Amino acid sequence: MRFWRKPLDADKLQIPHGEIHIIRERCKGCAFCVEYCPKDVLELSTEFNLKGYHPPAAKNAEACVHCGLCELLCPEFALFVLEKKEEEKGDKSITPCKEVEKVES
Amino acid sequence: MSEVQLKKKKEELEEEHPMEHLLRMERMPHIWCPTCGIGTAVTAFLMALEKSQIPLKDTAIVSGIGCTGRVAGYVKLDSFHSTHGRAIPFATGLKLANPKLKVVVFSGDGDIIGIGGNHFLHAARRNMDLTVVCVNNFIYAMTGGQCAATTPITANTSTSPYGNFEQPFNLPYLAASCGAVYVARWTALDVRRLAKSLTEALQKKGFSFVEIICPCSTLYARRNRLGTGLDLMKFYHDNSVIKHGADLSELDIGFQSKIVVGKFIDRERPTFIEGVNQGLRGVLKEKFVEYGGPIDDD
Amino acid sequence: MKADPKRVLTGAHYLDGDHAAAEGALAAGCTFVAGYPITPSTEVVERMAERFPRVGGVFIQMEDELGSMAAVVGAAWGGSKAMTVTSGPGFSLMMENIGLACMMEAPCVVVNVQRGGPSTGLPTLPGQADMMQAKWGSHGDYELIALSPNSPQECFWATIKAFNLSERFRVPVLVMMDECVGHMTEKVVIPEADQIELYPRRYTKLSPEEYLPFKTGKDLVPEMIKAGDGYKIHVTGLTHDERGYPVMTWEAQEKLVRRLIEKIRLFKDELVDVEEEQTDNADVVVVSYGISSRVSIPAIQKARKEGIKVGYLRLIIAWPFPEKKIYELAQKIKGFVVVEMNYGQMVLEVERATKGKTKTILVPHGGGWVHEPEDIYKAIKEAAK
Repeated sequence: MRFWRKPLDADKLQIPHGEIHIIRERCKGCAFCVEYCPKDVLELSTEFNLKGYHPPAAKNAEACVHCGLCELLCPEFALFVLEKKEEEKGDKSITPCKEVEKVES
Repeated sequence: MSEVQLKKKKEELEEEHPMEHLLRMERMPHIWCPTCGIGTAVTAFLMALEKSQIPLKDTAIVSGIGCTGRVAGYVKLDSFHSTHGRAIPFATGLKLANPKLKVVVFSGDGDIIGIGGNHFLHAARRNMDLTVVCVNNFIYAMTGGQCAATTPITANTSTSPYGNFEQPFNLPYLAASCGAVYVARWTALDVRRLAKSLTEALQKKGFSFVEIICPCSTLYARRNRLGTGLDLMKFYHDNSVIKHGADLSELDIGFQSKIVVGKFIDRERPTFIEGVNQGLRGVLKEKFVEYGGPIDDD
Repeated sequence: MKADPKRVLTGAHYLDGDHAAAEGALAAGCTFVAGYPITPSTEVVERMAERFPRVGGVFIQMEDELGSMAAVVGAAWGGSKAMTVTSGPGFSLMMENIGLACMMEAPCVVVNVQRGGPSTGLPTLPGQADMMQAKWGSHGDYELIALSPNSPQECFWATIKAFNLSERFRVPVLVMMDECVGHMTEKVVIPEADQIELYPRRYTKLSPEEYLPFKTGKDLVPEMIKAGDGYKIHVTGLTHDERGYPVMTWEAQEKLVRRLIEKIRLFKDELVDVEEEQTDNADVVVVSYGISSRVSIPAIQKARKEGIKVGYLRLIIAWPFPEKKIYELAQKIKGFVVVEMNYGQMVLEVERATKGKTKTILVPHGGGWVHEPEDIYKAIKEAAK
């Protein structure tokens, strides 16, 4: 049984998109963000930071809806989410997640 | 490291977390262990600080001693790291000396309820205009995981190696029965609800009290074989029950039992300063000289 | 800076030492008192509770002395001139946060109306056995200042002086009264406000960007701010650097503790405050303080009548100890007689300061009553040999 209905103005509503910024060197690898992301955007990376922890990485950055729960849960102030402006969408020059571009690793 | 990677690293380090203007970033990284929840509690507090729109210049934070006692050292406000258990009386002095200040006490269960229990009772009784945030991790963590006044029955600590058999305090019940005007409890996982409660507490006049159930990974979780702080967070997720206005006598926390969270008390009562000033004005009439705060010499 | 006329009860009064100390605090600009009732000091807080609402100020009766002293340190950082009042058992409880006041460099005043001890001891009877506790009672190394008035009139001035010194050096200053002085009623003349000089708080003129809360100049005392000034400082009881941030190294410890000690020791000679009479060509000098100094007088007079050259030296500031003064005298005299209501506290300092140049005789007393002048007289005779 469904308890919700489709909003009448559903066509006008836009799901916000977030851009996750990860300051990896601050991370202590608690994985709170990974565990509680409602959209399952994050995963712990295999890389180490200088402290020897595995910081999170976005495996599915496009799915971020800018709920900000990861930012609030992070005990290290190592992660924050900025709203991605609409016009920036589809602009390939901007990486959806600063971290995700795991170039030549 | 490739140039692209170096550039990325540099960019990353230059990035500013939106909370940074409220933190002493030069003191980071903080001392709290991986998967400790105190950092999360601080984030919720900072969010509440912004939301409540109280002027930061006029806000002071006082901590006692312990893991949570270090909070004052990381928050960029006028911040005081006092002695063990004496955060509340220190804050009382600060508030009375300068009544325009919003004074927050941010400390742990051992500090506020253990050694400082008496001050807690009396500040609540007087309705001293303070916001008291108590991070409850069920243990004396800074000193190596000793039994606290909040340790659940049968929980193992370094001074109760066969389990704790003392009845712990029920903090919301205690605060409410002493006269606190705002009482709430949340786990560190309920960040949004916690931030909302902290905002309300900050905006509330009088003695407001928020208990935060917080994972201690290194000592409480490890000694009791409960995994890491993340496992405790998962436990809170599955076992905390939101029950606003719950019967306070039913808020005891047993070892790995259900945790009732929510907002329990929100009432009005004249604060210490209001009560005293009103009373004295009534008796002394025009002879009463109200103390309004320190006179600026400059 | 002059005292505020509204807070000065100008005129001649018949007051006991406790009430005189309260009036001294008001004249000194005290606006915050936290206290817990304890005999024989309660009269001070009672008077503050009565007077504050008429002149502006906050009195709060705390739950205990631990809280009282913590509140005083908090109030000092909130911008108040703050004071607490107690006696022996409460003084013991305050030790923790007297240490905090030293570490946080919070200017404040603690009045201790001493009674007989140890433990609950003699609540309504005198003692002078907290003198060493005043100096060494809190853990760790620190320096502070302790005064010892011997009359209600001096209680008035000593409290003002205590506030002034606490502002100048940013240390807790102790007023070590005793039950006799506290409960003795005498004439107390309170002058016009413009004759009472006050030392203003050393607020910084630097901007928040330039200001470091524990950076000092030559006199080793940092400039202060108060909470709410927008400086967003951090103050801690941990060993800290000039920014006030905790630093857990021996270097930081050395730098900080050395400064906390030296900011008083550098001015030790300037801080000497003694009352002297006929010490110039004396053979025997009676050293005492508080009520014991007044009990010594008949004994000194009796000895002088018999031709013994007896000098009288009273410590008005007991800590820092006037060791130079004692050493100077030690080279000229036959012996010191130390009269105090304990089994040997300040006498140890006198002995130390004489560096073996002369003998030191203690006239001890367990407290609860004052010395018999006869005992002091006998000691003077002995010292004159």
